[in-house]
Amino acid sequence: MKQGFSWRVLVFITPALLVYAVFSALPLLDTLRLGLYSTDENGLRSFSGLANYATILHDPQWSASFWNAMLNNLKFFGIHMLVQNPIGLLLAALLSLRKVRFATFYRTVFFLPTLLSVVIVGFVWQLILSPLWGVSERLLGWVGLESWFAPWLGLESSALTTLSLMSVWQFVGMPMMLIYAAMIAIPEDVIEAAVVEGASPWRIFYEIRLPLILPTLGLVTILTFVANFNAFDLIYTVKGGLAGPNYSTDILGTLFYRTFFGYQSQVASPTMGAAVATLMFLVILLGVGFYFLLVQRRLQRFAL
Amino acid sequence: MAQPLSKITPSRVFVHATLLGYLLLAMAPILLVFMNSFKERTAIFDDPLAWPTPETFSLVGYHKVLGRSEVWLYFGNSFTVTVASLFFILLFGAMAAWALTEYKFQGSRWLKLFFAFGIMVPIRLGTVSILQTMVSLGLVNTLTALVLVYVAQGLPLAIMILSEFMGQVPSELKDAARCDGIDEFRIFFQVVVPLIRPAIATVAVFTMVPIWNDLWFPLILAPSEKTQTITLGIQQFVGQYATDWNAVLAALALAIIPVVVLYALFSRQLIRGITAGAVK
Repeated sequence: MKQGFSWRVLVFITPALLVYAVFSALPLLDTLRLGLYSTDENGLRSFSGLANYATILHDPQWSASFWNAMLNNLKFFGIHMLVQNPIGLLLAALLSLRKVRFATFYRTVFFLPTLLSVVIVGFVWQLILSPLWGVSERLLGWVGLESWFAPWLGLESSALTTLSLMSVWQFVGMPMMLIYAAMIAIPEDVIEAAVVEGASPWRIFYEIRLPLILPTLGLVTILTFVANFNAFDLIYTVKGGLAGPNYSTDILGTLFYRTFFGYQSQVASPTMGAAVATLMFLVILLGVGFYFLLVQRRLQRFAL
Repeated sequence: MAQPLSKITPSRVFVHATLLGYLLLAMAPILLVFMNSFKERTAIFDDPLAWPTPETFSLVGYHKVLGRSEVWLYFGNSFTVTVASLFFILLFGAMAAWALTEYKFQGSRWLKLFFAFGIMVPIRLGTVSILQTMVSLGLVNTLTALVLVYVAQGLPLAIMILSEFMGQVPSELKDAARCDGIDEFRIFFQVVVPLIRPAIATVAVFTMVPIWNDLWFPLILAPSEKTQTITLGIQQFVGQYATDWNAVLAALALAIIPVVVLYALFSRQLIRGITAGAVK
């Protein structure tokens, strides 16, 4: 390690620092600032303190759509936690068993959808679920459940759940891979000892492997959280900027887009958009802070 | 666990039934799109679950999509943006990682923290201000705007992963080079960079995917007909031609192919990237 500061350090670090500061860090700070301004009909900007936030949280129309988006986003996240991560855990646990044939092949295929653009995944599932094409209806018919079929993406009651499951289908490879990496890092002799003692595979999983990968489960949770509260592409692709039917699939990402950029009848407002982005930032910061200060510390102590 | 592989036990059946079942679920939607993209319109609707036969085979969808010159332009745009972004992320990222791991200077810990912050906080939240900056720089509807944003977005993770690997370069090598009086820049480019080439490949594959797939920034910063990326192009194309099933299926199949090819070539690197980040 060389000591001291020299002009070389400056040459090495400046390009990265400059691009990152100008196009990522400063815009983020500036967005927090812009949220405190408001724009009048002539496009003139003036400082207005917390007025935008008061509007979002107290104006009946604004607060209704904000809390609707927030609640939908929580549901979106909840379904990922309840479906995506357990499936990821199950697949990773099975793949990391010894002597499972074709494990690499399975792992490779399971991860493939994660790499596709959300736009493609959205359209593919839209086609499959379309009543016009009838693929899902036919498949349900094979097992005698034809009557269960409904245009799930078009119903207010089921659209959000369907979209969440589409997203789960795509991203299940991520938790699977992270958990798999943690599981194969467990020292072989720990498992060996348990096998010699006559522990069943289930007990080995529940009492040895699961406790040892808790930090990874924490990481998976926070990554899912950040990704879900920042989601946009899937809803926009399948349901458009209005997140229909009747805003039942509106999440913070689509609300942000409509507020900032405008959509059909809605007038664009950069300052209002900045306020929505700031609220999203706070939600994400709260989650990340909670994870680093409470969860990660405790889990690591437990793992050691 | 000296059981012969052929021995059939209930747990073995459960393992393989689950894995096979999920394999079907993961692959079927993609296969369905490919299968039907090679069929004529009536066959797509009559029997969507059948493979194309000589009677039903048709390339009409592909003709329609590939016959449009914009599609080639969109592919070209995506390619340019991705390659240019990758180049700068790797170059600037490696240089910064080197500065942060090799030299001790005041504030280096704060700088590391500053970059690490960008890993968790999505750059998308700064969009309002990014758009204003691009407007004032006159960069709206240029590919340059996209490259700048993607470089800013990719740097934090690249710096983190590359720092990890640079820390492992044996100091004997660097010291020997310094004793010979070799300049710091040459040590970096001719000793360190070649040594961490595998790590650079890993970061490259890892950073490439979100850039290629992004919809948000092309939609906001470069939505013009000339600067659309393939992801945005597909989004608009399929939205417009929703009733032309041949064209839609072919467009989707065409958009899937580059990713699948890339994955086939680089899956080992990619998986190493994820696992390297996870074990930390």
